[in-house]
Amino acid sequence: MELTREEESALKGEQGETMQTAYRILVATGEATDADKLIPIEWAHLAGVNYNTIGDAGEEFLSGISKNARVKVKTTLNPMGFDIDNVSNYNLDENFISKQLSIKNSYEAMGVIPSFSCIPYEIFDIPKNGTQVAFAESNAAIHANSYDNLKTNKESAFSALASALTGKSPYSSLRKEDTPNITIRMNVKNPNELTYGMLGFFAGKVGDTSVNISGLGEMDNRQCKAMCGGMGTSGTCAKFIFGEGDSNCEKIDFDEKELQNIHDELNTAEKGDIITLGSPQLGLDEISDLVGKLKGRSFQKRCMVFTPRTIKEQARKIGYTNELERAGCEILSDCCTCLTPLISKDSVDAVTTNSIKGAFYLKNSNGVGVNLKSLSQIIEDETR
Amino acid sequence: MKVLVSGKVQGIVLKSKDSINFLGTVDKKTGIISDKNHDLFEKSLKDIILVFPSGVGSSVGAYTIYSIKSNNTAPLAMICQKADLTVATGCALANIPLIIISDEEFSSIESGMNISLDTDSTNPLHYQ
Repeated sequence: MELTREEESALKGEQGETMQTAYRILVATGEATDADKLIPIEWAHLAGVNYNTIGDAGEEFLSGISKNARVKVKTTLNPMGFDIDNVSNYNLDENFISKQLSIKNSYEAMGVIPSFSCIPYEIFDIPKNGTQVAFAESNAAIHANSYDNLKTNKESAFSALASALTGKSPYSSLRKEDTPNITIRMNVKNPNELTYGMLGFFAGKVGDTSVNISGLGEMDNRQCKAMCGGMGTSGTCAKFIFGEGDSNCEKIDFDEKELQNIHDELNTAEKGDIITLGSPQLGLDEISDLVGKLKGRSFQKRCMVFTPRTIKEQARKIGYTNELERAGCEILSDCCTCLTPLISKDSVDAVTTNSIKGAFYLKNSNGVGVNLKSLSQIIEDETR
Repeated sequence: MKVLVSGKVQGIVLKSKDSINFLGTVDKKTGIISDKNHDLFEKSLKDIILVFPSGVGSSVGAYTIYSIKSNNTAPLAMICQKADLTVATGCALANIPLIIISDEEFSSIESGMNISLDTDSTNPLHYQ
């Protein structure tokens, strides 16, 4: 990689240990992804916030660097493990809570905006077309590249943090003109958000860094998010390009058979003991839609609804949170279905959800069964 | 050859034919491989030059590399056949030299060899 004189100086340690570590991460990442230089970015979104995922080593590292490290660009971050407003209802141990709060404090000390959200593209203004950003959360990186006209690598927790501290990122494939290795032809009739989640999951498996995708009809926000969440879960691919692509590009159908294969892989239970909605977290339009669909009915089981704190505040003002609580929902901010410590196999055998991303992590990390249903089906089967 | 993290060290090679998932298979205190199915099972990574095909698994494994360095049980350097982001960022965090070498050179290195590595040199790898 070609580095500027200032970047070389930082890498040698002449601007302090934190900058040296940050540049070491950018150079190692850049060399590993065939970047030839570093470029400025305007917004970093960090992962590696939940104590469940980064553990003691992560907590100690962040606590150490937060003593003098400060972010150089606008920096937002992913959900953590719980919502402080209601954590006492969930039987989490003291160690988890104190370690999680230490992580929260470290990020805040570095100047990170405490958004605790995996949908930065819904709660912050999107910069102008073509802006370079560094998003570590996979669904957000895919959404940014595919729907928001932004450019990002699929960053790791470490490269995004290094980008936040330096304002730079490796100039790797997805920041340039990327050539997809495959074109997926969507061939499933009457898709709902589950179908799109599974389409994304399929795309992540067959795609390299980006995929062409054709045959999509009009999609709503929930369906777009489901597709990004699914893709981020199954591979390293981080961009949908809408269209048939080059005639030389390999073509593959996503049909009923592929849909069934993924359904069989992720759907491991006939019914769930509880319901979770939100992975990615729900935006205001999804909350509004949920309230509309409920029409005064109530859930017959526990239903956890994950949404960013800013959305919860807006929803409260409109009266949606009252309505959801009346229907028996537990509304949780700052955390998400994905990698939640709030669902344990000691108390829950299986979870019903409409999220492919949530299903993957509930099955593999929480070790609980998963019952996949679309939101409409959940409302029909689980409310009265 | 590609330098991901620079540095200068000398040491004895411990080579694995298996990839390493740092999150699941390396004890973050002792630096000992704890996975029965791994060909380095019960071997310590402390103060050796670790040669292996590549890292696999969760990117959080980078923190495991940082942990073993903090606990003084980390390798002196790592040499891989294929670059992966977990090992790259882990070595960068922990300041452990890391280079990627050709398949040919990879197959010529064996456990027990004494190697010196200097990434600033035009010929970074020397066999003693």
